[in-house]
Amino acid sequence: MAEHAEGGHSPMEQFQIEPLVSLHIGNTDISYTNSALFMTFAVVLTAVLFWAATRHRTMVPGRLQATAEMLYEFVAGMVKDNTGLEGMRYFPFVFTLFMFILFGNILGLMPYGFTFTSHIIVTAAMAVFIFLGVTFIGFWRHGLHFFSLFVPPGAPLGIAIILAPLELFSYLIRPLSMSLRLFANMLAGHVLLKVLAGFIISLGVIFGLVPFMAVFAVTLLEIMVAVIQAYVFALLTCLYLNDAIHLH
Amino acid sequence: MPQFDPSTFSSQLFWLLVMFVALYWVISKIAVPRIGEVLEQRARVIQDDLDRATQLKAETDAAVAAYDKAMADARGQAYEHMRAMQAELKAVTDQRTAAVTADVNAQIAAAETRIGAAKTAALDSIKSVAAETARDVVAKLAGLSPDAGSVDAAVATALKDAR
Repeated sequence: MAEHAEGGHSPMEQFQIEPLVSLHIGNTDISYTNSALFMTFAVVLTAVLFWAATRHRTMVPGRLQATAEMLYEFVAGMVKDNTGLEGMRYFPFVFTLFMFILFGNILGLMPYGFTFTSHIIVTAAMAVFIFLGVTFIGFWRHGLHFFSLFVPPGAPLGIAIILAPLELFSYLIRPLSMSLRLFANMLAGHVLLKVLAGFIISLGVIFGLVPFMAVFAVTLLEIMVAVIQAYVFALLTCLYLNDAIHLH
Repeated sequence: MPQFDPSTFSSQLFWLLVMFVALYWVISKIAVPRIGEVLEQRARVIQDDLDRATQLKAETDAAVAAYDKAMADARGQAYEHMRAMQAELKAVTDQRTAAVTADVNAQIAAAETRIGAAKTAALDSIKSVAAETARDVVAKLAGLSPDAGSVDAAVATALKDAR
């Protein structure tokens, strides 16, 4: 499927992983790729944002400090509202997750950008890590009592026997739904943009205006989706953490 | 689809791990403590200000209460003062009025006595003048010289009738 590169017109070409610096450990390929480059951008930009925003730490915040505080309070509020005060120890992790995905999504919308969150392996790795982490926290805090998560509260025994496997299934499917949601949103948005952009060229200057306006509108939509998906990923993490901490 | 090319998975996973850990370090060691500190400090300052405002308000209320009390006391005192003054004035006035009235009454009484005396004197002098005149009239008209006793009696009778 990676053989579309020659023409450069396939809407899938934008997702091509290109090694920039070839690196290997034994037989394992760990080349520094365009994906890794944009992860680096996300990390460096977030670091610079927070470093610059918190350099002076004034009582009345400037524009940059207000931005950083807004992001902080947004995520902190989300964690506190959904997991309570016990969940605040995982706040740095959720904050990191939110910033990483947010910058990944938005940097991918820049011209010549690469969206590392449009790769299922990246979203799946994050989702599986969260799933394993949450499951570990659940067993660590509650021991075998954690299994009561799969029994709906207040359900009669007969119904609980039917519902428990469903609950277990919905629990096990979490990493899949979580990773597919982000991956599919990013993939679909970028493919749509690329296809519409292709129409601009093929329809010429006059009729090309129609797809051009569409690209403009869809870009706005995609910026919204980029933010919303980062929010959804972080919010789901909070909800799963809450399950592990408080069971129901 | 490049997403399903397993040959790129290892490098993506490796750099994801590296970058995520790096970002986690930045967030947990720099961003969260610093922003948390600023927010906490700001909350503390605001709380301090609110506390001070509450305290100042209590002090103001106390001052206002003290002022009101002082005002009421002063008003009461002034009223007392005024009443005492009025009573004093009334006493003095009464006393003076009484003194003046007594004086005037005494003068009136003295005057009345004097008038009475004058009247008696006048009446007495009228009696003697009348007796003398009657004697002269009798002497001139009748050529008689009546004795003083009968003239006086006649005059007294006549005066009594005239009165």
